[in-house]
Amino acid sequence: MSKLQAVVVNSLDNVATAMATLKTGTLVKLSEEGDTTVELREDISLGHKFSIHQIESDSAIVKYGEVIGYATRTIQPGEHVHIHNVLGNRGRGDLSKEKP
Amino acid sequence: MSFLAYPRPDNSFGVRNHVGILSMVACANDVARWISEQAPGSIAFTHQQGCCQTKPDLDIVTRTLISLGKNPNLASVLLVSLGCESIALNEVAEGISNSGKVVEQIVIQKLGGSSPAVAKGSRLARQLVIKASQIKQRSVPDSELRFGIKCGASDTTSGLISNPATGAAVDLLLDNGGSCIIGETTEFMGAEHILAKRAISAGVHQQLLNIVEQMEKRAIAAGTDMRGGQPTGGNIAGGITTIEEKSLGAIVKSGSKPIQAIYEYGHVPEGKGLFIIDSPGREPEALTGLAAAGAQIILFSTGRGAPQGFPFVPVIKITGNPQTYKNLPDHIDLYLTPEDIVGHSFNKAGKVIYEEALEVASGKRTIAETTGYTGATNIYTLGPVI
Repeated sequence: MSKLQAVVVNSLDNVATAMATLKTGTLVKLSEEGDTTVELREDISLGHKFSIHQIESDSAIVKYGEVIGYATRTIQPGEHVHIHNVLGNRGRGDLSKEKP
Repeated sequence: MSFLAYPRPDNSFGVRNHVGILSMVACANDVARWISEQAPGSIAFTHQQGCCQTKPDLDIVTRTLISLGKNPNLASVLLVSLGCESIALNEVAEGISNSGKVVEQIVIQKLGGSSPAVAKGSRLARQLVIKASQIKQRSVPDSELRFGIKCGASDTTSGLISNPATGAAVDLLLDNGGSCIIGETTEFMGAEHILAKRAISAGVHQQLLNIVEQMEKRAIAAGTDMRGGQPTGGNIAGGITTIEEKSLGAIVKSGSKPIQAIYEYGHVPEGKGLFIIDSPGREPEALTGLAAAGAQIILFSTGRGAPQGFPFVPVIKITGNPQTYKNLPDHIDLYLTPEDIVGHSFNKAGKVIYEEALEVASGKRTIAETTGYTGATNIYTLGPVI
């Protein structure tokens, strides 16, 4: 059985989730055929996400085909996508004058 | 399919046959626990509520205790009261005995304090255990089963593996005529538009959006980004970035069937199908909400390895995280491999979970039942402690 490196849940997604701990420089296959790959710019732990396209600052992070937050800066393909470069839109008491 | 169960007077079926020692108030917890330790076959439920609270919260605690007492996994109940709490002992006793179940009660302050209370209580509990032991298991169809569904200590493997696999098991039970309860309203946030499409009516649809809005307002009232609290530090370490991501991964554990109705915390949904109990995500309160709703078995999907079970409801821990399975054997019942599932249908994994649930229903012990890690329980309340 081939070891699955990462999963893209939905075709609309711009992030993949690592299914094993992956090292910088790894060329990750994003489909079983292996015709789409992304080179990791940093180490990605099991369960963590990396970008599969360039994501512009303030644009949506999409996983499960749904918006899970927005980028706080430009994110390059193969970069770790997490709380250092993503904010959520919900439960944001710090923005409570604008929301809900 | 069928399982072995203990028949109850209200025509429900228990998968366990415990005598429940229910503490009425935080101040009676230790006596309840000491009684259960001296009466093997009994088990204590303790919590931090029951006094110095506003009326709406006391009402929640009262109805939750009644519903817990009615859970089919309890053969009979001993209520342990301190004597000066704000919960009405007789109301709880009457509520539970309406199900036809035997309910005994002791009041610590009337009995001369904790030592005589433990002596009298354990004597009563042992008699109840002997009576309960005469109830014989019999084979009943799986339509008599009610699952509670929970995910906890989640990471991204939860949303990709163990939650959708659990959802497939839920679909199997509902196809077979059973019922299922989900809670954790916080973890609908960012995914409620998807879940609401499964509401059976416009009313239930709106109610779902309302409970999420109210939960979000309570979080926002704290004036900070709720990240760190939800998703938790552990969720974040496991790769979950926002509550939206957590929720989208969480709702799939409810499967794909229609949502019949939404209930406030502490109520017992009537009928078959899938129901929502409005509850928070935190384990001590969420698990109690599922048990109070009449779940005989809880399917608990975890990424990072939540430890706990529940005193009288077997909790089956399911993970898709290989590191957690390897490192935390005391916390996990079932491991689903990524290679088996991701990108494929979850039917196979759902069947594995479903068959395990029927085994556990018929008597197979869960890991939490054998470790005894079942004491981290509470009842969800909304208002201030006063």
